[in-house]
Amino acid sequence: MSTLAHVFEAEGLATIALGSQRNQIAGTAPPRGLWCDFPLGRPLGKPADPDFQHRVLSHAFSLLDADGPIFAEFGEAIVDDATEVMACPLPPRHDPDAHPAVDEARGLRPAYDRAVERYGNRMGAGRVVDVDDIVGAIESFIRVADGTPWKEAGIPGIPARVAQDIRGYYETAALGLADHVPSAWAGTRWFLDQTRTGEVILSAREAMKEAGVKGPVWFYLTPGDR
Amino acid sequence: MTDQQVKAMSADIETPDFETTAFTRPPPLSEATVAIVTSASLHHPDDEDFAPADTGYRVLSADRRDYVLGHWSPNFDATGFAADINTVFPIDRLDELAAQGVIGRVADEHLAYAGNQFDLSAIRMDSGPAGGRRLKEAGVDVVLLTPV
Repeated sequence: MSTLAHVFEAEGLATIALGSQRNQIAGTAPPRGLWCDFPLGRPLGKPADPDFQHRVLSHAFSLLDADGPIFAEFGEAIVDDATEVMACPLPPRHDPDAHPAVDEARGLRPAYDRAVERYGNRMGAGRVVDVDDIVGAIESFIRVADGTPWKEAGIPGIPARVAQDIRGYYETAALGLADHVPSAWAGTRWFLDQTRTGEVILSAREAMKEAGVKGPVWFYLTPGDR
Repeated sequence: MTDQQVKAMSADIETPDFETTAFTRPPPLSEATVAIVTSASLHHPDDEDFAPADTGYRVLSADRRDYVLGHWSPNFDATGFAADINTVFPIDRLDELAAQGVIGRVADEHLAYAGNQFDLSAIRMDSGPAGGRRLKEAGVDVVLLTPV
């Protein structure tokens, strides 16, 4: 973002760059930079909180009054300390013959549909895997976790993108299960730590790593700190 | 897993150097046309999705709200945007500021780039200037840049 700020200013546009990572925005030094200590993915801070978002914008636009390059810090921080744990009820076993992850994913479909009806599909399935095919995508990662080489497991696209659709399906379903917008990363922690499909993705990632698959293929199946 | 741990992974990524800092003075904000440019790889469903290391941009219409997230990185929270587009792309907030007379007007078109770039040369030399000229020709004065 800060790189584009430099480029756009040279084209005659006045810019204000928001940044969530202090070292990145300070290092790139855009003409007008506002560091907001917010979680990655939430540059305006709080979803569904217009007053808070307006405070961020008000501070950002105030930088236009500066006579030269300026770097500022927004006065309110939002720190993710991992204390919010989503307690989404997972569906009970329905088909004892199905893999638990498959059964779980099928059971979450009503919650997914509710969330899409309420919010639209902004990050759910559909980038490479249609929602109706999400179970098949999960089954391909089950095969990888069980030892099938990833190229022979039937993953329906670039593994990272397919995993992103699966995670999106679950995190969208979480929005359908929760009565509020969860704090940043709470949906991801729920998916990876509490669901059977999250367990499958982590296991498949580990199996690919152990099998000597190139790093970029398995690394981006989950956030990098995993 | 916490946000701080994810941020720490990129703490040592080298930032680009700019020998000089261009600086453009805008008209009064109450007369300015404002656009949003985001690195969240947003696009409309009927537009082309972002490819890995895509250095191009997509045009986002101000009179639509069907923005979808095309970013390839798993290293950010997406639920905030899923529940409220303004968390990343504050188009409704700009509409409110325009109605209040705080800003002059909201641009008809906004832009999205892919932020997960390791080689910034194409954006610095090609698609960045092209996007800037497009906005300038559309009468934009001020650009708010939002990351994910």
